[in-house]
Amino acid sequence: MRRILILGGGVGGTLTANLLVRKLRRRIRSGEVAVTVVDQTGEHTYQPGFMYIAMGGERAENLHRPERGLLDPLVQLVIGEVARVDEHTSTVFLADGQPLGYDYLVLATGSRIVPEAIEHFDSEAQHFYTAEAAAKLREALDAFDGGRIVIGIAGMPYKCPPAPLEVAFLIESELRHRRLRERSELHFCSPIGRAFTIESVSEMATPILERKGIDLHTFFNVESIDPERKIVASLEGEELPYDLLILVPPHKGQQFLMDSGLAPEPGGWLPTDRATLQVGGRTHVFAIGDATDLPLSKAGSTAHFEAPVVTERIVASIEGRALDPRRGDYLGKVMCFFEIGDGKGTLLQFDYEHPPRPPKPNQLWHLGKIVFNKTYWHTVPKGRV
Amino acid sequence: MTELATRPAARSIDARGSFCPGPLMELIRGIRESEPGTVLTVLSSDSGSRIDIPKWVEKAGHRLVGVEARDGYDEIVVEKTH
Repeated sequence: MRRILILGGGVGGTLTANLLVRKLRRRIRSGEVAVTVVDQTGEHTYQPGFMYIAMGGERAENLHRPERGLLDPLVQLVIGEVARVDEHTSTVFLADGQPLGYDYLVLATGSRIVPEAIEHFDSEAQHFYTAEAAAKLREALDAFDGGRIVIGIAGMPYKCPPAPLEVAFLIESELRHRRLRERSELHFCSPIGRAFTIESVSEMATPILERKGIDLHTFFNVESIDPERKIVASLEGEELPYDLLILVPPHKGQQFLMDSGLAPEPGGWLPTDRATLQVGGRTHVFAIGDATDLPLSKAGSTAHFEAPVVTERIVASIEGRALDPRRGDYLGKVMCFFEIGDGKGTLLQFDYEHPPRPPKPNQLWHLGKIVFNKTYWHTVPKGRV
Repeated sequence: MTELATRPAARSIDARGSFCPGPLMELIRGIRESEPGTVLTVLSSDSGSRIDIPKWVEKAGHRLVGVEARDGYDEIVVEKTH
């Protein structure tokens, strides 16, 4: 039997499992192939919805569903925490000691936030990278009646790169509608020399920041938070006072990947081939989604477009045939919506060779994002789009 | 002989193959982990680094020792001053 083991029941892991079943159904039924997903909670979470808990009236209970219901019945689901990967014996060990052998390993383990890496982050800074934190941010915004709002990024890379800009635009819009804009200052802090990593998106976003009167602070790498003076300081020596501080927390890859020698310290991102998605030259170990070290958005969309590549590579190997050249290499495709505020949005679509050329923001792309959010459960994880 | 050619780097960061802002972020990590006076060398194959890194060094108040084009990459040397 050929055992395909997928670690992680997020977008990438779930979609890969379902695509593998679609291609290998007969072999799975005959017992020749087994597809297993390991997930820590057994609950699939739609993380892009967190921002809308803070900004758009979304409810946490709408953002998770049982992973079992999203997987094809032929996929085995194991709920448990992974402790380590033993490459010598091709075995994954769970925290309770259970061994799971593999012939093909797909690491779709995502990223995790580490707010504790910055002192006073938890007590002073708001964020929207968990449902609970997003609800707290909503409460803080409801209580806000004017003052200085500082929005920044406390570590790179991080999930959903447009999100902090989107939040800045949406908050500015909200403050205007609540007639608080005149009494408020908005500051946006970017760790690099422009508003966004991708130059064309930066060129689109910077005039919007100017138009909305949001002050842009470049090369602002968060170094410390002073809770008494209510000041956030950068490594570059800039100090910004705040009444409401909203920071993207630092992110890391999973600890067990570092402990198993698959990903280097301190970030824990898997060294991944940009085309084959193989990890560190290993022919039977693949990485997708946030877990990789690829210079791409850490976003569900990335995993969505990587899953078919990993599927094709595993299926071709099992069937003993040559790779389909149209499906066997990842070209860096990513597509995501970008909220501008006031019911408008735009679309970022790009790959390794083609930077995004975002269309002029309009209501259609905003509505596109809302529809995508609502229909996600029936489309992406099941491989329907 | 230039200062860059004669001065030994205390720490070398090979960010070749990494894209913007990877090399800058690697340098920032190196600066955070180093003592004042440390000289750091960044190797970057991303052409944006020869613009971004000097700008960042100026804003952060460190010292740009030099930028040299090598075979297919740039070598950027920075001294942490504080």
